[in-house]
Amino acid sequence: MKKILLGNEAIVHGALESGVDFVSGYPGCPSAEIGEEFLKIAKENGVYSEWSTNEKVALEAAIGASFSGLKSLVNMKSFGINVCSDSLFPLAYTGTKAPMVIVVADDPSCWSSAQSEQDSRGYAYLSHIPVLEPADPQECRDFTKLGFEISEKFNIPVIVRTTTRVSHQRAVVEIGQITRSRQLKKGNFVKNPHQYCTMPPRVLEMKKELLEKINKIEKEFEKSKINKIENLAGNKKIGVITSGIPYLYVKESFEEMSLSLPVLKLGTFYPVPKQKIENFIKGLKKLLVAEELDGYLEKEIIQIAKEVNPKLEIFGKNVLPEVGELNTEKICLALARLTGKKFALSSDRVPYRMIGQIPRRYPRLCDGCPYWNIFPVIKKIAPGGTIFGGDIGCNMMAGLPPHNMQDYLFCMGASFGISHGVSKATGQKIISIMGDGTFFHAGIPGLINAVYNKSNFLIVITDNRITAMTGHQQNPGMGKTGMGEDTIEISIEDVAKSCGVKYVKTLDPANKEEFENTIKDFLTKDGVSVIIAKHICSLLERRQKSASN
Amino acid sequence: MKPFNIILSGVGGQGLITLVTILDQACLNEGYDVRSSELHGLSQRGGSVQAHVRFGKKVYSPLISNKKTDIIIGLETSEALKSIMYANEKTKILVNDNSVPYLGGLPKKELLETLKKTAKNNLYLVSASKICEEKLQKEVVSGMYILGYACYKKLIPLTIESLLKATEQVIPTKYLESNKKAVELAKL
Repeated sequence: MKKILLGNEAIVHGALESGVDFVSGYPGCPSAEIGEEFLKIAKENGVYSEWSTNEKVALEAAIGASFSGLKSLVNMKSFGINVCSDSLFPLAYTGTKAPMVIVVADDPSCWSSAQSEQDSRGYAYLSHIPVLEPADPQECRDFTKLGFEISEKFNIPVIVRTTTRVSHQRAVVEIGQITRSRQLKKGNFVKNPHQYCTMPPRVLEMKKELLEKINKIEKEFEKSKINKIENLAGNKKIGVITSGIPYLYVKESFEEMSLSLPVLKLGTFYPVPKQKIENFIKGLKKLLVAEELDGYLEKEIIQIAKEVNPKLEIFGKNVLPEVGELNTEKICLALARLTGKKFALSSDRVPYRMIGQIPRRYPRLCDGCPYWNIFPVIKKIAPGGTIFGGDIGCNMMAGLPPHNMQDYLFCMGASFGISHGVSKATGQKIISIMGDGTFFHAGIPGLINAVYNKSNFLIVITDNRITAMTGHQQNPGMGKTGMGEDTIEISIEDVAKSCGVKYVKTLDPANKEEFENTIKDFLTKDGVSVIIAKHICSLLERRQKSASN
Repeated sequence: MKPFNIILSGVGGQGLITLVTILDQACLNEGYDVRSSELHGLSQRGGSVQAHVRFGKKVYSPLISNKKTDIIIGLETSEALKSIMYANEKTKILVNDNSVPYLGGLPKKELLETLKKTAKNNLYLVSASKICEEKLQKEVVSGMYILGYACYKKLIPLTIESLLKATEQVIPTKYLESNKKAVELAKL
C-alpha cells in the first residue's frame, strides 16, 4: 500500500511492522513526532511507550526491556545521544537480547537547535554501534525494519540516523502490513550476569566480542542492497559516493546538469563496506564524496584509495561546506568543478537590497504566555549588572528581543552548573532561569552541586506545567504519563527543598507584587534560592478549555 | 512532466503544515510522485515557517533549487516577500492580503507596495482572511481558501476535486465543513 508519510511517521510504521514492543525517548526537534505518534497509537497496538525524564534514562529503560526479551525503539534528537552516551557504550559491549533500534535525528543548519551543529555519525566510531543513514521516508521505513533485523541477528543495537530534511520530509511510502496482537507483550528477564555486567576483566573480552561482531556485520553490509551502485553505464572516469539526504541532491543535480555519473549510495555509514568502495573507486580518476557536515566518509575513502587507487583525486570538504546543510545548488557547483561542465546559479531578479531590509521575524513568546509576566519583572527588579543564566526550552526566548537577558546558553540544565562556577569565581549577582521540563531532565544534579558547594545565586523555574517548546509533551511535574495515565505529580518545590535549598517559594507570576517582592527578598539571601514561577502555558490552557467544551 | 514546484510561506500558527499535508495528498490522489520539506520547532513560536512541495512524474530532492519555483503561496505579506528570493521571472506569487505584525516589522502598506513593485504582473493578491472572517467567522481557514483559489485559477495543476478529496482525507470531521467551505468560497 502507498501512503504519504513524514520521515518520522515512516520510522514509526517500520517499527510497528517489525513488531516493536517498547518505545522510550525524550522529545526534541526534529525527532519529537516519533515519540508522539507512538504515544498516540500505543494502546491500540499493544506497544508500551513513554517519555522518559531524559535520553539516558530512555536508553536504559529500553536496555531493561531488551534484556527482558522485548523489541525496543529509542528516539531522540542529536544532543540526546550525548546525554545517553554513558550507557550507550557499555550497551555495545553487553549487546542486546531482543533487538533495539535507536533513532537519532540531527539538525544540520540548526533550524531548531541551539547548542551545536553536531554530526552524530561520529558516535559510530566511539561506540562501535552500526549506523544506518536513510535519505527519505521510504528509507526511514525500510532502514528501521532492517535495523531490527541486524540487531536481532547480531545482538547489537542499531542506530538509525536522520537529519531534519529526512525526518521532516514527506513523500510517498510503500508500506507493509502491521500484524500484532493488541495485547501488551510481557517479557521475562532471564539472569545472565556474564553478559549484562561489564566488570573487568570480562569487559575486555566483551570489547573483543564486539569488534568481531562488527567484522561480521561489515561482511553482511558488503552484500546489502542498501549500499547500491547506480549509473555504471555512464562516464567511467568520475564517480560520486554519497549517503543520506545528499544522495537526493546528487540525483537532482544530474537532472539539472544533464549528467549521468556512477554513484555509490551508502545506506550503512558504519561499518562501511570497504570492498564495495574499493571496487567502485578502482577505475575512477576523480571522486566526489557528497556528505553533509563532517567529512567522515571522505577520510575512510582516502584511506581505502591509498591501497587500490593512489592516483584517485578525491573531492569532498574542499568543494562542499562543513557548516550548514547541503542542497542541490551546492552539489551542482561541486560537480561543475569535477566535470568542467558549466553550472550557473540563477541571477537575482529582485533587488536584494530591498528584501534584505525586511527585518527578521524572531520567534517570540506566544500571546498570553505566562513568561510575559516573568522576564520583564526579573529584568526590572534585578540590579544593574546582574548575570542571566539561560537554559533550553521556551525560556530561550529570554535571549531574544525585546527581553535580551541571557548571558550564556549551552544545553539542557547547564545553566545551574555554569552559574555556580561564575558565582564561585566572581561573587557577582546571578539569576539562572530554567523551565520545568529541563529541570527534571538535567537540572537536579546541578542544583545539588550548587547547594552542596555553598554557591550563591537565584534560580527562577519557569514552570508552565508542560514541556512546551517541542510541542507539548508530558513531564514528571504534570501528574500525567505520556500515554495520558494519571500518575504522581512530582513537586519541584519538594525536590528543591530536599536538595537542601533553604529559600524556596512557589508563586503565580500573574501576581506581580508577590513575584517582585520575592525576587527582591531572595536576592538578599546567602546561598542558592529558588522561585518556582508556576502558571500554565497559554496554548495548553486554551486546548484544555476547548477540549472540555 | 518536470516537477511542479511550490513554496508555502507564513508564520507559526497559520496552519501551514496542514496545507502541505493536504497538497501532498492531492498530488498522490492524481497519481503524481510528490516530496515536500517543512520545518517545525523553533519556527512554530510565531517565527517564519516555510515549506517546499514538489510533484511530478519523478521527484528527487524535497527542496526546490536554483529559483525553479512555479508558485509562491504567501499566507502573510512579509513572509511572501521574503520568499521572493526563490522566484524567477515567471514565478506566480499568490498572497493573502493579511499581515501578522511583529516587533520591528515594516508597515503593511509599505510591504504591499514593495510586493507590487517586485512581483508586478505575477502577483495575485487575494483577501482570503477578510473573506473567511466575514463569511465563515474563521480566519484560520484562509489558507484553504488560497489553495482553492490556486486550483480554480489553474495556478497549480491540480483539480479542485483532488483538493477536496484530500481535504476529506486529512482534516478531522469536526473541522471538515468549514475547510471545504473555504475552498468553495474561492470559486466566486
